[in-house]
Amino acid sequence: MPELSTLSLSEIRAKLAGKSVSAVEVTESALARIESTEPKVKALLSLQAEEARALAKSLDAAGPDPAKPLWGVPLVVKDVLATKGTPTTCGSKILENFCPVYDATVVARLKDAGAILLGKANMDEFAMGSTTENSAYFATRNPWDLERVPGGSSGGSGATVAACQTYGALGTDTGGSIRLPASFCGIVGLKPTYGRVSRFGMVAYGSSLDQIGPMTRTVEDAARMLQVIAGHDDRDSTSVDAPVPDYIGALSDRADLKGLTIGLPAEYWGEGLSPEVAEACAKAVKQAEALGAKAVPVDLKLSQYAIAAYYIIATAEASSNLARFDGVRYGYRAKDAESLLDMYVKSRTQGFGDEVQLRIILGTYVLSSGYYDAYYRKAAQVRRLIRQDFETALTKCDVLCGPVCPTTAFKVGAMTSDPLQMYLMDIFTISTNLAGLPGMSLPVGLGRETGMPVGLQITGRAFDEAKMLQLASVLEKNVPATGLPKL
Amino acid sequence: MKISSEEVAKVARLARLELSQDKIDQYAAQLGDILGYMDKLAELDTASVEPMYTPVDQVSVMREDVVAKDYTREDILKNAPETDGAFFIVPRIV
Repeated sequence: MPELSTLSLSEIRAKLAGKSVSAVEVTESALARIESTEPKVKALLSLQAEEARALAKSLDAAGPDPAKPLWGVPLVVKDVLATKGTPTTCGSKILENFCPVYDATVVARLKDAGAILLGKANMDEFAMGSTTENSAYFATRNPWDLERVPGGSSGGSGATVAACQTYGALGTDTGGSIRLPASFCGIVGLKPTYGRVSRFGMVAYGSSLDQIGPMTRTVEDAARMLQVIAGHDDRDSTSVDAPVPDYIGALSDRADLKGLTIGLPAEYWGEGLSPEVAEACAKAVKQAEALGAKAVPVDLKLSQYAIAAYYIIATAEASSNLARFDGVRYGYRAKDAESLLDMYVKSRTQGFGDEVQLRIILGTYVLSSGYYDAYYRKAAQVRRLIRQDFETALTKCDVLCGPVCPTTAFKVGAMTSDPLQMYLMDIFTISTNLAGLPGMSLPVGLGRETGMPVGLQITGRAFDEAKMLQLASVLEKNVPATGLPKL
Repeated sequence: MKISSEEVAKVARLARLELSQDKIDQYAAQLGDILGYMDKLAELDTASVEPMYTPVDQVSVMREDVVAKDYTREDILKNAPETDGAFFIVPRIV
């Protein structure tokens, strides 16, 4: 493995800023790493090698800029984010030839910070899936074991970071799509509070749930990327106009966990949890206690209703959001249509994959007259109760801890035939999106049985990402290192 | 079965999708399972609960009404499957 590739984002940016390596060297090393690992991992839908090389060269010519916090750092973004002049497919055939004429706000912010975009990460089509097997192009593999899935829907982002193809990636999380692949791939993934990061230029799935966040190899790296992308944006009215704290500074404020109270939701630590996941997560919590944190039991009694509420709300919003794909202004158009209506129907039917069509139909059904009150309105009421559950729990503690997923990464093909079975894998992550709270996945070691990474989920109060990052950062230094996959 | 094949076909039409009979039957079975699972929600009494449609308090955000031109017509037409250089072209309507 080329030595530069395995450094963290924070390490490489320091080297770049100090001119001990050039942007061209770092970019070439990343591209070489992609070339050697990509045939196995298949994390990327497109590669912008020439653009990256050209930008690296011009950055080097101008010299390091201290005002640009990610100067010269090569990064990858999920293919759900608009990138000006480069393909943005959302993992779907319907957007196969789509080339946006603008950058998503988060992409523009990374570029303004001096980052170099290497490529676009694979994903489940329109972010609908938990394994990245639902990509219309190809399935991404888990760098730890190529026979296993990387998680989803940001599986390409998870795999590219774990495989050291890049120093960090952006993912999106509607029901766990950052945290699950981070957990399965043994990296850090952070879903910010709803409203913390602008979604302008992100192809919407569930608009009241979606958030964009960093996926990195260290906690400090995640803080650095969040620092760049967080904050209000005039182009997204749901982005909250509130000051962005100094996340990196917050990390150095703490060496131990004295005074921090961790809530352990009974519902997250009970039956259905695989022993290896329970063991690794419990060990991490014990370690937190040894470092001064206090652990208290809490209840999230409505957790058992979260999946039902979530899949009603998410599919309802998806059916509405995906109505825009009609073959008129962009995307795939069926060739043989005779009328306008026929063109809509054929373009959508030929352009969308099976899972997307299933969710559009489900969403249309729960919104249709006669069922709206029983399903959609009911789910929105339960959603409020779930949020109240979290608010009550978080009065007794600063953060909540539990596993990200009941199991480690499963085998390719294990979940493809039964959608409901796959939805149930999201049990621990989706409530966070319903409540709009921040959540992250921290690698806490390898499972004893499968040898695959285990992620501890940390959930915080709204807009208190700093406290989650502090806990994660202290734990990261004190739990056995998960390490990197051997590829 | 929670949802019939006829209902699936009807909802698919509303969503502008055209499904083969095999797909309709497959989706009817899958949706039946999913909707059956969702009936869990009926266990909760929510009569007095205000629905929560978004985590952010939805206030209309006002801004100055300023003319801005971010994209050219050419930009906007660039991704269209068919244009005449000035407009989007679709199959004949009338």
